[in-house]
Amino acid sequence: MLGWFLRGASSRIRTTRYPHEGDSSTGITPGRPVATQFSHSRAADTAATACPTGAITAHEHSAEVDLSRCVHCMACSRGEAAMKWQNDFNWASLSGPQALKTTQPFKKSLHIRLVDSGSCDAVIQEIKQLAKPYYNMHRLGFFITPTPRHADVLMITGPVTSHMRLALKKTYDAMPRPKWVIAVGNCAISGCVFAPSFMAASAVSSVIPVDVQVPGCPPPPLAILHGLLVLTGRAPAMQPTTPPVTEVAS
Amino acid sequence: MNQQTHHADDKMLVAMREELGNRVSGILESESGLLLSAVCRVDALPDVVAWVVEQRKYRFATLVVQALPSGDQLDYWFFKPDNGPWIKLSIRLAGDAREVPSVSGLLHAIDWHERQAEDLFGMVFTGHPKLGDFVLHEEWPEGVNPMRPEFDALKPMVEKEVDPQWRPEKILHTPGAFVMPIGPVYSDYAESAQFFLETVGEDVVRMVPRFFFKYRGVEKLAEGRSIKDVLLMVERFSGTSAVAHATAFCRAVESIGRISIPPRAEALRLIASELERIRHHFGLLSDICHSTGMIVPSADIDIMEEEALRLSAQWAGHRYLYGLITPGGITRDFSQSELTFLIAGITGLGHDAQQLYERLQFTSSFLDRFEGVGIVPKANAQRLGLVGPVARASGFNTDLRIHAPYGFYRCCPPEAEALESEGDGYARIRVLFAEVFSSVQLINKAAANLPVGAVSIPMDAVSAGEALGCAEAPKGGAFHYVRIDGPGRVARLQMTTPSFTNWHGFHLAAENFAFQDFPIMMASFGLSIAESDR
Repeated sequence: MLGWFLRGASSRIRTTRYPHEGDSSTGITPGRPVATQFSHSRAADTAATACPTGAITAHEHSAEVDLSRCVHCMACSRGEAAMKWQNDFNWASLSGPQALKTTQPFKKSLHIRLVDSGSCDAVIQEIKQLAKPYYNMHRLGFFITPTPRHADVLMITGPVTSHMRLALKKTYDAMPRPKWVIAVGNCAISGCVFAPSFMAASAVSSVIPVDVQVPGCPPPPLAILHGLLVLTGRAPAMQPTTPPVTEVAS
Repeated sequence: MNQQTHHADDKMLVAMREELGNRVSGILESESGLLLSAVCRVDALPDVVAWVVEQRKYRFATLVVQALPSGDQLDYWFFKPDNGPWIKLSIRLAGDAREVPSVSGLLHAIDWHERQAEDLFGMVFTGHPKLGDFVLHEEWPEGVNPMRPEFDALKPMVEKEVDPQWRPEKILHTPGAFVMPIGPVYSDYAESAQFFLETVGEDVVRMVPRFFFKYRGVEKLAEGRSIKDVLLMVERFSGTSAVAHATAFCRAVESIGRISIPPRAEALRLIASELERIRHHFGLLSDICHSTGMIVPSADIDIMEEEALRLSAQWAGHRYLYGLITPGGITRDFSQSELTFLIAGITGLGHDAQQLYERLQFTSSFLDRFEGVGIVPKANAQRLGLVGPVARASGFNTDLRIHAPYGFYRCCPPEAEALESEGDGYARIRVLFAEVFSSVQLINKAAANLPVGAVSIPMDAVSAGEALGCAEAPKGGAFHYVRIDGPGRVARLQMTTPSFTNWHGFHLAAENFAFQDFPIMMASFGLSIAESDR
């Protein structure tokens, strides 16, 4: 066991400096297409039709992106009418117009209960990454708890299958107030490729109220972390309509 | 199937004709000689299946039920490791007939397939010991079968909630015996499923699982959609094995379209699959270390997993390699420098894994928790047709890359199958490590022998047809049955996933154990619920 102790003590720190500094490591995000201006409207139409989930809409010369439907298939990044691609991760947004009434005590200690309502295992894996060395959300005061009784935040993945609906509601009801809900991943936000259907509701928000949405398929760990920071008022939310700040070519 | 044109096993064709007599009719050999199909008389099914499985030593691949306008059809697919053509036995029912004799008594691997078909299609398997709520739970109205053509996939079902008080039938009737329910919402990061542990206090006598809380009906949603749309779902229903499932699906589609993809695409698919396997196994090994509270090794593997994820994104754009596999090849080519970069990263990770493995092998407190825990004897693994690392840990050879090689695995197979014999938790860990090392080798080998040329050929119109595509997913063999009707529309998709196959055998390991071993057994099996529930 001493060997393991020495091994642990001698390993260098890998944890990201985010949110104190930006993280520009490569491979931490699949990136996303952003609103793109084309020289003629036909190109914008081509980009829109290339999208298999209808996340891109063409308005004359420009093509806009609905990130909550984008599945990062990268079909729009290829060909002549290629959308601009941006490798960022600050994707979380508040779902209601009202500002969150987050109270001071939760800023440094927020307990999260995760409910998988029919997601794939990749998004669970990305949430797990948050507690692992590279992201280590504990340093920011975020903790996963196994019981809803101790939870302040309900983190939900998946399109809410009909078998999970009651379990989700009961978990939500079992949480003490004040409580918040984060919908993680596009299937939780819009159902995306799996809903609406006979088994799945179209979104978590049709079952319980959602405060923060983290789009992505699956959202990378830093996007989920950004969601938690947005919830506690420690980072600005992404404004869905604002044009991107920096642009990185595909 | 693959498009390889080696010669068929004529003996099998002759044997089928001579030995099965009038029990089967319309025996056909496919053009490539790799598939024998026959129509089986309904009442003779148990005999014929027994002949195929017991005398001819074939293995069960999948059962595909289809509701066709002429009546229901059930296709039983079998394959023989290392030689012989695949076999498809069809049962054709006329009109509204739904009754078929159950064969789960002689072929246990088919048990859950029959239960699934009963729930989703309303088939009646006479003689099956346990039909009833399986995919659909007790809230679902009897007689409504979602996979039937008249059922509307997009219309939400009646809003009736599940019964949280549901319990399996108790078999323990001693004073103090009780059933401990776990789930569907439990543990820190667990996927949704329910387990009932029947116990008398400390020792758990047996475990009854309940799945399909995450049933999204992917196979129903696929009906009538375009190949492109279905591929999105196939990649995303179980994201940690996206490349494998996309490969199996695309192989089926390519087989229907009668095209062979360029060799360079095959080789790059192999590299992507093995990269996925390495990253996937790191995830499992991290869970395994975590389940015993080994924080330092767990963190070590977590770092490797994240590095593999970053490597995937740097190499192909997506951390889980979505959007890479496409019918006709792959979506982008890779330059030599990109491959060199990948190999450097992978070799480094393999080296780190090797060091960690050596340390773990000498950590007695870790080994004590796995040795002799959750044993699956080889006979049981064989009887239930288990697949993947779980089966290999029991000494049951199931690697499709070796025994039914497809794509670039034909020229570049893994050097040896990672076989162990004990079938316990520690054997499964050894198999996982051995597969990581062999995947590193495979990537190196494939990159060194990378053919030149195009990486995809256009597949515009796929004509009508059916095919079974297979791939060795990180968790084991995956079989995707695809039927296409009309212009590029999927008429039927059936995904037989390794998690579905192996969860069926989980109860074998989870018998007469202590409570504290349950998380360890779950971790060492390393199965996905998303992949099983679809």
